[in-house]
Amino acid sequence: MYFGLSEEQKSLEENIKRYLAENAPLDKIKAVANGDDGEADSVHKGIIELGLSGLLVPEQYGGLELNMLFATVVSAALGSGTAPVPYVGSYVMAPLALNLAGSEEQKNKWLPKIAAGECQFGVGLSEYVGAREDAGFEFSNGKINGRSLFLIDGKNADGFILSDKSGGLYVIDSKTSGIEIVELTTVDKTRTSIEILLKNVNAELLEGSKDKSVIEKVLDAGRLMLAADTVGAAQVMLDKSVAYSLERKQFGRLIGSFQAVKHMCAEMAAELEPCHSMIWHAAHCQDNVPEEARLMACQTKAHVSEVGKQVSKTATEVHGGMGFTDELGLHYWFKRIGLNRQLLGSPELVREEAGKLQGFDQ
Amino acid sequence: MDLEYGPQYDEFRKEVVNFIKENEHTKLSGPARSESRVAWQQKLIDHGYFARSIPKEYGGYGGDMDIIKLRIIAEEFAKSPIPKPAGGQGIQMLVPTLLSLGTEEQKQEYIKPTLRGEILWCQGYSEPNSGSDLASLQTKAELDGDEWVINGQKIWTSTAHLSQMCFILVRTEPDAPKHQGISYLLMPMDSPGIDRRPIKQMTGDSDFNELFLTDVRIPAKNIVGARGEGWKVANATLGHERGSLADPNVTQNRLNSLIDLMKNETIDGERVIDKPIFRDRLLSIQGRLMAQQSNALRILSSQINEDQDANLAKAIVKLQGTELRHELEGLAIDAMGELGTLYEDSPHLRDDGAWQMTYMYYLGLIIGGGTNQIQKNIISERALGMPKEPKVQGA
Repeated sequence: MYFGLSEEQKSLEENIKRYLAENAPLDKIKAVANGDDGEADSVHKGIIELGLSGLLVPEQYGGLELNMLFATVVSAALGSGTAPVPYVGSYVMAPLALNLAGSEEQKNKWLPKIAAGECQFGVGLSEYVGAREDAGFEFSNGKINGRSLFLIDGKNADGFILSDKSGGLYVIDSKTSGIEIVELTTVDKTRTSIEILLKNVNAELLEGSKDKSVIEKVLDAGRLMLAADTVGAAQVMLDKSVAYSLERKQFGRLIGSFQAVKHMCAEMAAELEPCHSMIWHAAHCQDNVPEEARLMACQTKAHVSEVGKQVSKTATEVHGGMGFTDELGLHYWFKRIGLNRQLLGSPELVREEAGKLQGFDQ
Repeated sequence: MDLEYGPQYDEFRKEVVNFIKENEHTKLSGPARSESRVAWQQKLIDHGYFARSIPKEYGGYGGDMDIIKLRIIAEEFAKSPIPKPAGGQGIQMLVPTLLSLGTEEQKQEYIKPTLRGEILWCQGYSEPNSGSDLASLQTKAELDGDEWVINGQKIWTSTAHLSQMCFILVRTEPDAPKHQGISYLLMPMDSPGIDRRPIKQMTGDSDFNELFLTDVRIPAKNIVGARGEGWKVANATLGHERGSLADPNVTQNRLNSLIDLMKNETIDGERVIDKPIFRDRLLSIQGRLMAQQSNALRILSSQINEDQDANLAKAIVKLQGTELRHELEGLAIDAMGELGTLYEDSPHLRDDGAWQMTYMYYLGLIIGGGTNQIQKNIISERALGMPKEPKVQGA
C-alpha cells in the first residue's frame, strides 16, 4: 500500500514548477494579463516541450499514455505558477473525448497532432452542465446551428469539441466556415475564454458519445483538473502568507508572531492539506476504481472550490493592503481560483449532481 | 499510488472475518472489570486482535508491528456488532508511555492487568488554573523517606470514579523552570487523602471529576522517568490521545445514520433530504469528510512507508475531525427541528437522544485534549514554522 506520488510524478511536478519559475515569473504573467500574447505563446511552447500536450494521448498516436494522477499533478503545478497556457480543455478533456468516443479516422486525424503540440482544442461543456443565457445548439444533417459559452482553451484553437444538452460530443475544425468567435474577458487573465457562434457549421459527432459514460468521464476529468489547479494555486497563497508574516513587522514584532495571524494560517493549512490527498485519491479512482470515480470527482470539485475560496480570501487578508495591489500580484492566484470554482459547475451545482449519484432523490 | 493491501493479507483478513463470525453474538455483562469483560479482552489478546504488538512478557500478543494487519482488524471489527476491545486512557496513553519510558518493574506490574481491563486508569493533568497552560501546574509532591506526599487539586479527571489508578503530573522541583519541575507519578486511587467530586456536564452526565489531594502518600518508586522529566513523559502520551479523538471512519458511520435520518424525517409530508438547502448542507459535510478520509489514507501510508512525511496531515486531524463531527451532529438536529431538541426520556424522542448528546459531547472534545485554538498554535508553530507568542514576564 502506497498512498502518494511516485518518484516519476514528483519529478514531473518539479520540472514544471522549475520551468514556470524560470520562464513565467510574475512580470511575464503581468505582461500576458496586459495583452502580450507573444509571452503566452512562448510559455505554451515550453510546456509542449515538457510533453504536456501528449500526456494522455495513447502511445500508438504518439503520446505518453500516462494516467489521470500524472495529469492531476501537472494541473496542480500549472495552478501553482498561474501558468498562462491551455491545458484542461486542450490537453486533458479533448484527447480524452477523442480517444474514448472518436472513430479510428477521427483519432488518427487529431490525436497525433495534439501529442505533437501542433493542435490546440477548445472544449465547451457548459450547456451540458447548466446552460446560461439559453445558449445551446442543434445538430442535424451534419450541421450545427447555435452557440456555446465559456469554451475552455478556445482562443486561437485549431479545433473545438462541444457537448449538446444531452451529452453528445461534436468535433469541429476551426477552419470550417460559419464560425464566429467572441472573446470573453473573465477576471482571470492568465487563461482565455470564448463564446462560439455557429451558423450551418460542418461538425462530426463522436459516435461513442452516444454512450453517456463518455461525457461523464470527460467531465469528471475536467472537474478534477480544475480542482487540482486550485489546490496548486491555494498552496502558493498559503506559502506566500506564511513567508510574508515572517518578514513584515508591526508593533515591534513579526506579524507572524500574533495569534490572529497564526490562526489564519493554521486554518488555511488545516483545510488545504487534506485537499492534496483528495485530488490524488480522486485521480486514483478515475484510473483504477471507476465505480467511485464520479462521486469522488464531484465532491472533490465542490470541496476544493470551497477551500480555495477560503484560502484565497484569508491569504489576501494576511498580506494586508499589499494583498490588494497589482504590484504584489497575489490577485492572479485569487482570480485563478475564482474562475476554477465556476467552470464546469459551481459547488452547489456539482453537489446537486453528487446527491443524484447517490440516489438521494429517490 | 497503490491502495491494495496485497494478496499476502487475504488469508489474514479471512481469519479475522471467521473469528468475528464465530464470536459476533458475544454478550458482555456487568460493569467494567467484570469477569466476562476481562475474559473477552484476554480472548482478543490471545488471537492478536488487541495489544497485538505488545510483547508477550507484558501480557500482549507479541506480534509484529504490521500496520496493515491492525487496519484490517479495525475495518472488520467496525463492520460488525461484535463487542469492541476496551479503550480508555490507561490503554491509549499509559501503556505506550510505560512501554517506552517505564521501569521493568512498572511494566511487569501494570501493563498486563491494564490490557486485560482489570486496572482502569484516569489522567491527573489539568488543574483549575492550569488548562491550556498545563505546564504551569501547581499540585506538588515532596519526597518523605520512601514516599511521595502529594498535595493539590486536579480537574477534568475523566472516569476517576471507576479507576483504580491515576497517572498524575505534579511539581517536584519548585525552583526549576516550569517545564523542568514536573514529574509523572502513578497514584493508587484508594490512597487516603483523595477526595473526589463529580462535575456535571452540559450533557447531563458526569464523566469528569475534581480531585482534591491532601497528604496523599504513594511509594517513591511510582515515578515514570526521572524527577523533573514529567513534561517530556506527558507529551509522549498527549500525541496518543489526540490521534484517537476524530477518526473519519467513525464519522462515516454517523454520516450514514444522518442520511437515513434525513430520508425518514418529514416536514409537511416532504422528506427532509428532498429540501435542497438541507441536502446541500448534507453534501457539503460529506465532501469535507471525504477530504479527511483521503488525508487518513495518507497518514496510514506514511506509517507503512518510511520515506513519506505526513506531519502536517497528522497535526490537523484533531482540529478538523472534531469540528466536522460537531457540525454533522448539529445538522441532524436541524433536520429534526423541534424534535431535535427532545432529550432524556421525552415522547417522540429519536435515537435515544443520541444526536443532541453527541452534538454537545463533541463541543467538549473541541475544547478537551488541547483546545482547537491550542491546536492552531501547534499547527502554525510546528508545521508552518511560525514563531511562538513572546513570553509574558513572570509566567
